[in-house]
Amino acid sequence: MTNLLEYLEKTVREVPEKTAFANDTYGISFSQLSARARSTGTALAKRGFYREPVVVYMQKHPDMVNAFFGVLYAGCFYVPIDEEMPVHRIELIFRSLKPRAVICDEVSAKHIEELGIKAEYMLYSDIMDSPEDSALLGRIRAAHLDIDPAYIVFTSGSTGIPKGVCACHRSVIDYIETLSEVMGFSSDTVFGNQTPLYFDACLKELYPTLKFGATTYLIPRSLFMFPVKLVEFLNEKKINTICWVVSALTMVSAFGTFATVKPQYLTNIAFGSEVFPIRQFNAWREALPKARFTNLYGPTEATGMSCWYRVDREFGPGDVIPIGKPFRNTQILLLKEDNTPAKQGEPGEICIRGTSVTLGYYNDPEKTAECFVQNPLNTAYPEIIYRTGDLAKYNELGELIFLSRKDYQIKRMGHRIELGEIEAVASLSEQIKSACCVFDDVKNKLALYYMGDIEPAALGAELKAKLPRYMLPQAFIKLDQMPLTPNGKLDRKTLKQRFMEG
Amino acid sequence: MEKLLEILQELHPDVDYDSCESLINDKILDSFDIITIITQINTEFDVAVPASEIIPENFNSAKALWALVERLLDD
Repeated sequence: MTNLLEYLEKTVREVPEKTAFANDTYGISFSQLSARARSTGTALAKRGFYREPVVVYMQKHPDMVNAFFGVLYAGCFYVPIDEEMPVHRIELIFRSLKPRAVICDEVSAKHIEELGIKAEYMLYSDIMDSPEDSALLGRIRAAHLDIDPAYIVFTSGSTGIPKGVCACHRSVIDYIETLSEVMGFSSDTVFGNQTPLYFDACLKELYPTLKFGATTYLIPRSLFMFPVKLVEFLNEKKINTICWVVSALTMVSAFGTFATVKPQYLTNIAFGSEVFPIRQFNAWREALPKARFTNLYGPTEATGMSCWYRVDREFGPGDVIPIGKPFRNTQILLLKEDNTPAKQGEPGEICIRGTSVTLGYYNDPEKTAECFVQNPLNTAYPEIIYRTGDLAKYNELGELIFLSRKDYQIKRMGHRIELGEIEAVASLSEQIKSACCVFDDVKNKLALYYMGDIEPAALGAELKAKLPRYMLPQAFIKLDQMPLTPNGKLDRKTLKQRFMEG
Repeated sequence: MEKLLEILQELHPDVDYDSCESLINDKILDSFDIITIITQINTEFDVAVPASEIIPENFNSAKALWALVERLLDD
């Protein structure tokens, strides 16, 4: 197997009429999915797009997923952008990517015009049913290699410019095969997708759906505000498998939803690399004693998830759920500062080896060279590992335990954020002289301390247009003078302490 | 009510909470805000908002939200 579309091509022969992707009101079968992907691929190829990024800029919808596979049929790689991303971020992505082609819907087409983006843009509804040229698609497939990119997704970058992580077919296939073994996905799996389509997190649902002929429901975002309605939706659609960020799970348990309604079909629950507050975790286990719970850990740069731990014992207050061990065909090197392996109990940086390590950051060789590096334990031949910047250790059971970050990267609401990016974007404002962003990891709150000639409310309103919601600080604090360290650097520690003490 | 408005102002300084009655319907508040509001109400007023009360009607305006808090304080 060398191309992700082979999953779809096998399944469409077996269960053509089964629903593949749906939301609350709309669904597409595997045969529709396949036909439209081939039509879309043909349309792109006939316009001369090949082996290049194609932006898919649409609202979260089964059609958006369909467009991804169309891009793959054209021998191109898709770059998902969500309608709800702030304009400033979309502009930065277009600037770093310089795509020639964009697939959009009616709403995003307007945005593209307003932004003055110089790319050819096509309405998905115009190309999804265009005639298929199977000879042309066949020639594209014959020339395909499994090291060709499948997608680019953008993650937070400390300089203020998002980085485009580019992954090839072979990495995604490796990930989907090993993830499916661990999670036990099958044709009976009914996924309830929570994560946005513009991150790697949704790979967990999209490709196993193709591989097994399963079904994925894209859960309307608004339901994540109203826990009772959310659980009712899970029950109505008979959803049995969810891979959600911890904050989405705790939203349900923390508000006592289970006293009103419980998920009736849910048996397989995976959660992301954030810390799961044990009280909330136990509330889930109590509500669903028969369900399997799996903690997953991994960076976008290694395709998705790299490690897993199946919960097999009780956890009490103060305990940490391990990230466990790597997937098959992935190795974790735990390296100390001097690049030697950490011993049991010693902290080290998580470095990842394997097919799942992605191709690097698109159009950014410098940033790529910083963390996609030669394996320091191997001097005999070229071998790239990815340095995550995450610190971990092995416990007495030989399980990996996540400790902390080496730098100023944080996780909030399941999203990975570089504090430097928030500062860089704030500094774009002319009135800002200096800015420092701190994160209270207990209360999950972001604060921006700044010096400058602008009131907090005005700065807040300005940043709202430039930053994604999850990156927006809750508190803006104006200072006459920034605290400095003896070396004259911004004293982040003092500011963080000040913020956390209120 | 003032404390509640403070919580809301911190989330969206640019919204006029006295007049707006469609905080949910117009997508001004998102899931992030709802969680923050409920957590803060819990801390500030020492009342827990039960899941059955986390419905759009109670969050569409500052007035409705305050009515909810008062109801919970009475219980």
